[in-house]
Amino acid sequence: MSSANWLQLLAVAALVAVGARVLGPYIAGVYGDDQRSYGDRAFAPIERLIYRLGGIDPGAEQRWTGYAGSLLAFSLVSVLALFALLRLQHLLPLNPNDVPAVPAPLAFNTAISFVTNTNWQNYGGELTMSHLSQMAGLAVQNFVSPIVGLCVAVVLIRAFARRTTTMVGNFWVDLVRGTVRIFLPLACIVALLYVSQGVIQNLDGFRRVTTVSGGTQLIPGGPIASQEAIKQLGQNGGGFLNANSMHPFENPTGFTNLLQIVTILLVPFALTYAFGRMVKDQKQGWVVFAAMALLLLTSIGVATRFETAGNPELTRAGADQTTTVDQGGGNLEGKEVRFGAAGCGLFSAVTTGTSTGAVDCAHESMTPGGGAVPLVNMMLGEVSPGGTGAGLYGMLVFALLAVFIAGLMVGRTPEYLGKKIQAAEMKLVVIYLVIAPVAILCFSAISVALGSARGSILNPGPHGLTEVTYAFTSAANNNGSAFGGLAGNTDWFNTTLGLSMLLGRFFLIVPVLAIAGSLVRKQRTPATAGTFPTGTPLFAGLLTGVVVIVVGLTYFPLLSLGPIVEQLGL
Amino acid sequence: MHRQLVPALRILAVLTVLCGIAYPLVATGVAQAAFGDRADGSLLRDADGDVVGSSLLGQAFEGDEWFWPRPSAAGDGYDGSASSPSNLGPTNPELLAAVAERIAAYGQANGLAPDASVPVDAVTASGSGLDPHISVANARLQAPRVAETRDLPLDDVLALVDDHTDGRSLGFLGEPGVNVVTLNLALAERG
Repeated sequence: MSSANWLQLLAVAALVAVGARVLGPYIAGVYGDDQRSYGDRAFAPIERLIYRLGGIDPGAEQRWTGYAGSLLAFSLVSVLALFALLRLQHLLPLNPNDVPAVPAPLAFNTAISFVTNTNWQNYGGELTMSHLSQMAGLAVQNFVSPIVGLCVAVVLIRAFARRTTTMVGNFWVDLVRGTVRIFLPLACIVALLYVSQGVIQNLDGFRRVTTVSGGTQLIPGGPIASQEAIKQLGQNGGGFLNANSMHPFENPTGFTNLLQIVTILLVPFALTYAFGRMVKDQKQGWVVFAAMALLLLTSIGVATRFETAGNPELTRAGADQTTTVDQGGGNLEGKEVRFGAAGCGLFSAVTTGTSTGAVDCAHESMTPGGGAVPLVNMMLGEVSPGGTGAGLYGMLVFALLAVFIAGLMVGRTPEYLGKKIQAAEMKLVVIYLVIAPVAILCFSAISVALGSARGSILNPGPHGLTEVTYAFTSAANNNGSAFGGLAGNTDWFNTTLGLSMLLGRFFLIVPVLAIAGSLVRKQRTPATAGTFPTGTPLFAGLLTGVVVIVVGLTYFPLLSLGPIVEQLGL
Repeated sequence: MHRQLVPALRILAVLTVLCGIAYPLVATGVAQAAFGDRADGSLLRDADGDVVGSSLLGQAFEGDEWFWPRPSAAGDGYDGSASSPSNLGPTNPELLAAVAERIAAYGQANGLAPDASVPVDAVTASGSGLDPHISVANARLQAPRVAETRDLPLDDVLALVDDHTDGRSLGFLGEPGVNVVTLNLALAERG
């Protein structure tokens, strides 16, 4: 890594830390019970109009069951509406390239993908989606699907902050406030920063030009900057164009690459600060922040090291991968010169430590060790720092497991933030933790056993196994990045990946809401000398250890058959 | 359930108008007013004023009179409607054979010693298939061939390479690279 690469990493860390410190209290103000809320004069009238048009009573709080019902109803309606839009896009306006209707299996997969905040894409945007489908379908889910995750996290925080009540909030209010007060204003600013760097923002179709040397080239059009902004802010990651954030029209410069990375990390880290505020114990927020940051920085370091060191096979063939003043060097297959190998290591760790899944380099062409980083990041369950809300509630579930393990060691009923953690909660924690591994391991095993599914694999050997497990890991953890060689647009993968995304989203959300419903009724017990303190570096270490060990035991056999054996063979 | 579905549909409709119609259209209006050229794709024009591409999108160049861009996996190469990486794994024999072949061709075309190593960016496909840049090392190795074919002084060609080198953003973000499209356009304008 050159000194410029180190500065780049430092800039990311500094901007995210400052951004989280500024945005955290603001988010706490949007959702906290007795927090100072900002911008009421500007936002409240818009919200009142939306409530009136939606027929919502913003004053009516819900129990966890009602909240879950609203959330599921909204998600169901979203899937159906998006499916319909994709199927009818050829009849609707804003289709300058005259793309046909999206075929049904692909529309099914894509609708689920965007509603579950996954953004797995079995298509290339250029020749599949109309501008209307992108704007009014996919981008709308880019706004609301992260906010659905945020709502769940907010409910879980309220369960710790409130006591002896059954009410957890109003889903519609939480959804609307997140849109109007957090994501829309941020997206407007970020979109214009993108355009200033060269990300396109127009409503044109392809422009056919005669090139410098007399050939022809199609230059794409579209409202990309506005979509790019919310794609990263909400950890969505679905590219407007097939090459996603590798494409110069989505990510033209080193500056936009930094902006993408920072905006991906901003809200998830800010939420840890908001969490501390809302439970009135800032140290608890910092512990979660520290555990997330430790996991993320480790993964950035490993991925960057492997990619800048290069691929020994390419050196043997006669390629020069050294870093000099005249070239960035490293393993550049599937990478852009302007980002280089270090930019890839950084971005790949960030996009998979969160549930984003945008890529600024082809993960499939990373070295075996470097490519294992995004895979392991997703297997950790998207908690470093994870998606908007989803990362925080995921980490809090791990925190419940950690206090439970600590409680077993000292023989006391575990407590977290003054709430007793009992059998009911622990059962839900276990359900939460087993859903994704079951989906990933079962579907991967069936896929490599089925001859027809094996036909979708591009790369031979252990890499081909990794290609398949990567797909299901990405889907079940709602990430959306891919080892892109897999030909996923088949009935088998459209269906099974779609199911994995649904399982990994709603079969995790409902247990979390149930945990919240159980905790919110409990009294907050005062801490005593025997209480295991959770606001300390020791607990941050325990929490990180629990995340790594739980995942390590689950996936180690699979990893050893894929990236580990491939790396050892180099 | 009916009690939940009706508000769900109504709220989704309202948020679609807000986030899916109003937001992108307002963004388009502001972007076009403030940064029209960039919002339209940073289009490049030749001396006659005809659009010949975008300074951000790489193009295919073959022949000894041009600087060569990186290998591309977008369609048949630099297809703007099919951006894509190769997705070949690091140990895939297909990748290693392609790289070996490109190294031989590059060395021969540019008159390198048979055992000379070649800058990695020259023999690996980019992520988008539309990478407009090559490394400075790659451009310098190609300069003598281009200068000779075009009958230009080597120093002039190397000076053009410097002119078309984009540094890191703000001096430390990303990596420097030579923009092959604008460099070749400048060469073409010199005749």
